[in-house]
Amino acid sequence: MSRRLADVEVGAELPEQTSRVTRADLVRYAGASGDFNVIHWNERVAREVGLPDVIAHGMLTAGIAVRAVTRWAGDPGAVVDYQVRFSRPVVVPDDGSGAELTVRGRVAAVGEDGRVRVDLTVTSNGDKVLSLARAVVALS
Amino acid sequence: MALDAGLVGRSYPPSAVYEVGREKIAEFAAALGDPDPVYLDPAAARAAGHPDVIAPPTFAIVLSLGAGNVVVEDPDVAIDYSRVVHGEQRFTHHRPIGAGDRLVATATIDAVRTVAGNDMLTTRVDLATEDGEPVCTTRSMLVARGGA
Repeated sequence: MSRRLADVEVGAELPEQTSRVTRADLVRYAGASGDFNVIHWNERVAREVGLPDVIAHGMLTAGIAVRAVTRWAGDPGAVVDYQVRFSRPVVVPDDGSGAELTVRGRVAAVGEDGRVRVDLTVTSNGDKVLSLARAVVALS
Repeated sequence: MALDAGLVGRSYPPSAVYEVGREKIAEFAAALGDPDPVYLDPAAARAAGHPDVIAPPTFAIVLSLGAGNVVVEDPDVAIDYSRVVHGEQRFTHHRPIGAGDRLVATATIDAVRTVAGNDMLTTRVDLATEDGEPVCTTRSMLVARGGA
């Protein structure tokens, strides 16, 4: 069921979402998305271009983050706009447990047209990895 | 080498039709670790008011990556892809993408900027049905970090 607009208030916090991203997740996302950039699976090449290790696809991080919004809204089809700015890579070590991702969200604005803006804060091991992550959902 | 501001507005021929399949949506949702039934179960999707399973909000990246290749391959776009990172991404959905959609992608260069030696290229991809119904607009900003 979709969340009702009448039940949404500015300042409301979304349930915190935590998950882990492992090397296996990167391989799976590469196949599903068609993004086979080597820095997402090859440690040697990642280091050659100056990265500390293999990093997650930015769009994997963004896709995981917006789950917090779709779950809260009750219908993924309600998301009418989603934008992210990548500020820091999510480094995924080859240690079996990978990187931790924490997503927090807050209702930033509620429009009379039923459009609700949710601002997300996405961190990995305490570092903010998206400097902007903002979704707009259309509720009624 | 700075990007030529005259590239702004350059549009490329539309892609071939991409038919969105239930299995591809399920594969993409699984890769995001998202078991929402509207991505997987046509009956659940219909109960939520959709004609068939719908795709996650970031699924359009699959089509926009492919469509963006025409920009990458344009010899006039002098950007060093060995130093490129994904800077920003935006999706504007006119309606959810769903299984059975037959979509055409059209890429346009929206903006070029050079800031502190970094070249930034924003490509817009308009996704529409083959009949011309607008479905989604994606905007991807790539940054080529300035070299020595």
